[in-house]
Amino acid sequence: MSDPARYRPVPSDLHPPNDSPEYHSTLLRCPRQPLVAIPQTLSEITGPTQVQGRIGALDHDLTRQHAGAPLGERIILEGRVLDEDGRPVTETLVELWQCNAAGRYAHRGDDHDAPLDPNFTGAGRALTDAAGRYRFITIKPGAYPWRNHPNAWRPAHIHLSVFGSSFLTRLITQMFFPGDPLLAFDPIFNSVPERARGRLVAAFDFGLTKAEWALGYRFDIVLRGREATPTVEA
Amino acid sequence: MPDPTPSQTVGPFFHHALPFEGGAIVVRRGTKGTRIVIEGSVRDGAGAAAADVLIETWQADAGGRYHHPEDRQPQPMDADFDGFGRVPTSDDGRFTIESIKPGPVPGPRGRAQAPHIVLGILGRGILTRLVTRLYFDDEAANAQDPILEMVPAERRPTLIARRVADGRYHFDIVLQGQDETVFFDV
Repeated sequence: MSDPARYRPVPSDLHPPNDSPEYHSTLLRCPRQPLVAIPQTLSEITGPTQVQGRIGALDHDLTRQHAGAPLGERIILEGRVLDEDGRPVTETLVELWQCNAAGRYAHRGDDHDAPLDPNFTGAGRALTDAAGRYRFITIKPGAYPWRNHPNAWRPAHIHLSVFGSSFLTRLITQMFFPGDPLLAFDPIFNSVPERARGRLVAAFDFGLTKAEWALGYRFDIVLRGREATPTVEA
Repeated sequence: MPDPTPSQTVGPFFHHALPFEGGAIVVRRGTKGTRIVIEGSVRDGAGAAAADVLIETWQADAGGRYHHPEDRQPQPMDADFDGFGRVPTSDDGRFTIESIKPGPVPGPRGRAQAPHIVLGILGRGILTRLVTRLYFDDEAANAQDPILEMVPAERRPTLIARRVADGRYHFDIVLQGQDETVFFDV
């Protein structure tokens, strides 16, 4: 019996190390023991393909989930989910969440002194199409203070969650906006190894803008891909 | 060929977006197999409850079949089971998952793996997802499990849920320090 085609190893200088002390929440939450390397088995190369049922018609449009329009700068966020060979990852769930234009999450734990927006929850989801494309309509989130260190501010960001085709392709990340001066001061963004940091910054895309209506940003997401040839056991 | 997109923390404020109704109840009405409840907590390196953690679970059905196109085993898939769970920890760091005991599944070189659930741990302060497994202490097959045997013997107990009553198991996840859970590089 042949073992299934493996996913490529993840380069060690790609994901942020969990031991990233500048981000203080890691101090007591990062494992101190080394990870134990194990082979990929059927348990890992499979994964959820049908999460949370059907996608509603307005799930991707965060500006139309309430009676009125949310405050803020309307944006179109579009991108493709690809594997490491550039192939589209189709019909996979993309979940998105963010704070409102004033920098406040519709979350009971967020006590930042900025107004909630009754017309904005800040959660959406979409399935990628046959080209791996996803599209959201939302508003540009605000920056907000946090208590990591004195006068700490998170740059504007949008959280994204993607499944892909297996348990190994699962990715949670954050998307940032180009030219944001706060990026240089953010320990979460800067926890990513320097060579890969730029991958988390969306591109302003004039072609995506809609005249008289919204600006456009493009953010492609690459998930772990397969080895070129399956591993065959003798 | 680009590398994958780097990971980032799920942050503390995901509860309005990611948990869904029934996410902690993997079992459905018609699901075949032995019903189980797994209760436990997540703790940090100071022994404090980790409240803003999200646990994702993935498992085979009672017949050891994954609800996924790449599982090409001959036995039929349980149509009343898909095997994915998602549960946030409560304010006191606890979680409960209702499911069924998974069947044994094939492992490396044709060796069977003992029944287990694959876990992904996300949370504030966790920049890159942590991956671990949950085994059951009432399974004799643990002794021959090809993955457990790769874990130093003294750390294996961190991967094994303890049966506390009929169909009930206890499983703690320790992110750091004494009895730190084994996390995998896979």
